Amino acid sequence: MTYALQLRGVHKRFGRVEACRGVDLAVETGSIHAVVGENGAGKSTLMNIAYGLVRADAGDIVINGEAVEGRSHAPAGAIARGVGMVHQHFMLVGSLSVVENTVLGNEHRRRGLLDLDTPARELAALADRYNLDVDPRARVDELSVGQQQRVEILKVLWRGSEVLILDEPTAVLTPAEVRELFDILRGLVAGGATVVIITHKLDEVVAIADRVTVMRRGENVAELSGDAIAAPDIARAMVGRPVLLETARGDAGADHRDKAGEAQLAVDDLVVLRDNGTRAVDGLSLQVRAGEIVGVAGVEGNGQTELVEAIAGLRRPAAGTIRIAGRDITAASVRQRFDAGLCHVPEDRHHRGLVLEMAIDDNLILGRQREFSSGWTLDGDRIDEHSRRLIADLDIRPTDPRALVGGLSGGNQQKVVVARELSRPAPRLLLCAQPTRGVDIGAIELIHQRILAAREAQLAVLLLSAELTELRALSDRVVVLYRGRSVDELSAAEFAAAGGTERVGMAMTGAGGRGERVGG
Amino acid sequence: MALGSVLIIAAQQSPARVYWTMISRTWGSAYGLGEVLHRATPLIFTGLSVAIAFRAGLFNIGAEGQMVAGSMAAALVGGSLPGATPMVVALPCCLVAAMAAGGVAGAVPGVLKARFGAHEVINTIMLNFIIASLVLWLGNRFFFASETTHTAPIIAAAQLPRFGLSGSNANASLVVALLAAGAVWYLFARTRTGYEWRVVGHNPAAAEAGGISVAGAIIGSMAVSGAVAGLVGANNVLGYKHYFENGYGAGVGFMGTAVALVGRNHPAGIVAAALLFGTLSHGGLEVSRYVAKELVDVLQAVIILALIASSAEVRRLQQRGPA
Repeated sequence: MTYALQLRGVHKRFGRVEACRGVDLAVETGSIHAVVGENGAGKSTLMNIAYGLVRADAGDIVINGEAVEGRSHAPAGAIARGVGMVHQHFMLVGSLSVVENTVLGNEHRRRGLLDLDTPARELAALADRYNLDVDPRARVDELSVGQQQRVEILKVLWRGSEVLILDEPTAVLTPAEVRELFDILRGLVAGGATVVIITHKLDEVVAIADRVTVMRRGENVAELSGDAIAAPDIARAMVGRPVLLETARGDAGADHRDKAGEAQLAVDDLVVLRDNGTRAVDGLSLQVRAGEIVGVAGVEGNGQTELVEAIAGLRRPAAGTIRIAGRDITAASVRQRFDAGLCHVPEDRHHRGLVLEMAIDDNLILGRQREFSSGWTLDGDRIDEHSRRLIADLDIRPTDPRALVGGLSGGNQQKVVVARELSRPAPRLLLCAQPTRGVDIGAIELIHQRILAAREAQLAVLLLSAELTELRALSDRVVVLYRGRSVDELSAAEFAAAGGTERVGMAMTGAGGRGERVGG
Repeated sequence: MALGSVLIIAAQQSPARVYWTMISRTWGSAYGLGEVLHRATPLIFTGLSVAIAFRAGLFNIGAEGQMVAGSMAAALVGGSLPGATPMVVALPCCLVAAMAAGGVAGAVPGVLKARFGAHEVINTIMLNFIIASLVLWLGNRFFFASETTHTAPIIAAAQLPRFGLSGSNANASLVVALLAAGAVWYLFARTRTGYEWRVVGHNPAAAEAGGISVAGAIIGSMAVSGAVAGLVGANNVLGYKHYFENGYGAGVGFMGTAVALVGRNHPAGIVAAALLFGTLSHGGLEVSRYVAKELVDVLQAVIILALIASSAEVRRLQQRGPA
């Protein structure tokens, strides 16, 4: 048995944090090896050590049977040894073409001039061989996220890498793109390459990995391979205790719907335009009643963002009305909406939800600073009491209220947003967009429980998510959004029934459901 | 330091003597100390001014113009009050006038930014020229004493007392500056408005989602920034010249950017940085008998650059070491 990449007894400490505590990893040549663990478990550090971005304090790195001297080699050394990395955040220059991005730093010259033709031909051949379907001459910022990722993969292949490390490759992809990516990875392995993927999504691990290394708190705690790879076992190893992968909704959706109260959110014939003037939301009507969770499914870019912005007061609708608890808030200010009972978990916590440069306590009063001031001054004691209570309640780590939010893991950052919004004084409507995107499973479980608790507390919940499993687990009713319209609507029972997920998937692409019947 | 020495040697002077003069003639005598304080005071105002805007995410390059507007306003009000006005009325009137004029000069680019998205760097720079020309025109047309470029003197009750200090020009405007520094600290550390401005400075999108008025924060912070710059008039007019003179103190507004940078936008740091710049400024004057004036300017710049670089280096080392 040969190993493409071996790490033995790797230690790495950042200040007081021990990111890796004697980790061993052996990746077989020609296999897909998943490294899983919650945020902060040390998996990214481990891979950065393998790629030479970070120098280990102790331990050995062996690549294709050859030991790397001095526990470190710069990325240039890693590339020379055939190791390439695709980062979670792409390293591409948007205004340049695919081929220009690929050769960056390795430019070929012919008679002193930059030669792009040769690499372009080589890229086309590689793309052809691995079904990557990317035009080398296309401008990167005109490509979809999935295509940009393929450019990153092509870049690594073109530089001659046989071991590919992918850091959270599916975080930004739609379900269809994930399937395509997995086909590509299988093709690469069939062609003799070795793939290491870092992830915390269990269903993906089960779907693709030949072998799994589970990390927790800087140590490898479990190693599974072949048929032994099962989601509950991995989850238990990751978190250190049994985890409910599908949060129980308590009672069946249909029964619950009868118990649901009056409409807390009423959207009528809503039209919302994108910045470029096209219709993002196109005549949408929907209602959410007290004690009901309505899920909104759809491929990204079908009006979800604009719908959320219109309800939250961040984008003025072109037509239609929005009411919260019977009060018309279509043209109301953001503050008036909060006063009417809105709680808003924005779809991108870094963009709208948090101020990364400020502390946890500062972020826990964001949008609620009036509530926590007496006259013109902030009430430090009340803010402190509020912060400590929420930090304990949602198990936010670190527990120091003065810690900067930018230094928190994705899960803990999201807990800050959820804690702040759900602790508003008189909540009626929870507007919740992508609540668990980029969040580890421990935090997902907790956030799901809080969303269900909000329903029990008779809040109306509008839940927008790209994760169908999340929608299925939580929603009493699911609306499928396609080109800004509702093209299908399913009860929880219909969604859970055989073929329910397929029906939603079809509707998301504009086929099936009520899609065909909706005229122009 | 070494580079400075090379320059001094090139000018055929002893580095030791030049540096010694710089230190002994500033912090070594009462007069020197007073002059340092006098020169530091306006820098505290402009440094604070730049920092206020910066905390709200804005670059106020207009402290120069705002300070001219404030100085002119202070001089006009101070000169037109009846001679019998008591000090407790006259001083606040002049200070409020300085702040109001500076505040308006700051609010204008704030409104342009908030309403039309015009970049504040361009607005404030352009406004510097507009204010300078406007003040000169108004002065020549209406206010300047004939054949001069300064206004009539302000009444005695509007003058800020000097500290003495062997006849140096240090005056009570330093107290105003320190009060302003305290107020700025309080604004950002303790008040809701300061909190909202900081949020807007770091992440306007999150501020918007939280119901904070981004336009309000831009206009408000620029107005306060301008008002503090306007207080430079307290030192230059009320405390020192006792009239407004066109061109006096030019450059202090721009130096405010450097003061805020070295002081890391923190009020206490700004006071310390202003004292340093004041020391260099007066020390430079004292050594100009040995070396050429231009070389003194170069020397000052070299020292400032060395300080900035070393503080960046110290920070880097701190981050590397165990947290």
